[in-house]
Amino acid sequence: MINKHFVLLNKTDNVFVCCKRLLSGCSTTLEDVEVSMTTDITVGHKIARQVIVKGEKIIKYGVSIGSAIEDIAFGEHVHMHNMKSDYIASHTRQSRVGE
Amino acid sequence: MKGYLRADGRKGIRNIVLVTYLVECAHHVARAIVNESANSNVQLIGFPGCYPNEYSLKIMEGLCTHPNVAGVLIVSLGCEGFNREQLANTIKASGRAVDTLVIQKSGGTRKTIEAGVSSVRELLITAEKTELVAMEISELMVGTICGGSDGTSGIGANPAVGHCFDQLVAKDAICIFEETGELIGCEQIMAERAITPELGVEIMKSVEKAEKYYTKMGYGSFAPGNAEGGLTTQEEKSMGAYAKSGSSKIHGLIKPGDIPTQGGLYLMDVVPDGEPMYGFPNIVDSAEIVEMIASGCHLTLFTTGRGSVVGSAVSPVIKVCANPETYDNLADDMDINAGKVIKGEATVAQVGDEIYELVIEVAQGKQSKSEELGHQEFVLTYKKFSGIGPACLPKVR
Repeated sequence: MINKHFVLLNKTDNVFVCCKRLLSGCSTTLEDVEVSMTTDITVGHKIARQVIVKGEKIIKYGVSIGSAIEDIAFGEHVHMHNMKSDYIASHTRQSRVGE
Repeated sequence: MKGYLRADGRKGIRNIVLVTYLVECAHHVARAIVNESANSNVQLIGFPGCYPNEYSLKIMEGLCTHPNVAGVLIVSLGCEGFNREQLANTIKASGRAVDTLVIQKSGGTRKTIEAGVSSVRELLITAEKTELVAMEISELMVGTICGGSDGTSGIGANPAVGHCFDQLVAKDAICIFEETGELIGCEQIMAERAITPELGVEIMKSVEKAEKYYTKMGYGSFAPGNAEGGLTTQEEKSMGAYAKSGSSKIHGLIKPGDIPTQGGLYLMDVVPDGEPMYGFPNIVDSAEIVEMIASGCHLTLFTTGRGSVVGSAVSPVIKVCANPETYDNLADDMDINAGKVIKGEATVAQVGDEIYELVIEVAQGKQSKSEELGHQEFVLTYKKFSGIGPACLPKVR
């Protein structure tokens, strides 16, 4: 755990995983750098540990779990709107994404 | 530890009488027999379709001769395609008690229910005579599945089950993990754990098959709730799911209904062979639990983050919850709180040890939460498989 809201699962990861929800507008200190949340972050969700550029791999558990489809800022929510699978499309109840 | 000794030498941790219907048309009658019997050891399973299917016959044979099962009542309408004679012969050959009722020959609904209730009464009397004998941990078979996964599953519950699996395998028990479609992205690292390079190649091929199959279906094994819980892609879900397998070498690749005989860790390939047919490989978690039970699993470790509440007929299901918020919300349904890991209150190894201890307790008769609540979900559908190749079950240890 890097603080009470986020964990780093592997030292090579470029995302943190939320272990306690943090609402939009609240700030937190990630490895000595303070950042404010731009959206509600709930348990199990990811935020960027560093700037991730479009096309770069998202690294969690020390391995790639997909690619960024747009530039992602430090501390920003990393989710289906800005990353996609390198294997097979995911879907939500409303639509399919990452195709 | 004690187990119920069956005539075929296998040992069970429960002593169940199954009532199985062979087509949806016989479902009501079979259910009425189970309901009127009013005994938690009398359980309902069945197959809905009228067309014959080799896979569903094999799974049904595996379930009806499962070590937890003492006897079976088969309920047939009469005109369906299911090979009831072969099923009855297989059960009989295993030394278990079996009775068949054909509704069309038994005077219809009311008379078949009456005959069924009396048949179940006899089967229960026979079951009660089953001898309890010493049973070793090495004789235990345990499966694992994840359902309703979220971003916490791969952090708390899945690695804790992996830790439990490592201990079971070290004691020469048989452990099975599955769903090659939920291992897409892990094929390379998984293949490296195979006890022979040839088995590694088979593992790679099984995941490639899954990827092709799911691509054709248009959906990966990824539900909307996975995304709401923080997961984004198939490979992210896969990496979390993969942690359930622990760190033992992989001893073999089996298909549903294949029964491993040597202790060790096995991967179950649940994706049908050949061109996609009959739809999604497994329509829901319960279908996978049923396949692992048909391969002999005495109990199943079910990890969840969003909060699945299912159990199963035939074998107990132990629920391991990774998300601390879900655990608080659904505590009555959850056996193990793996949410302690993400909150920093316990290590993966501590929770893994807790799971291991509960496995032994449930094997000794303690009811899991889903058993207590009466969950006996069951799903069996059409599928098509060819047999495994010789490289899938290497003889080397």
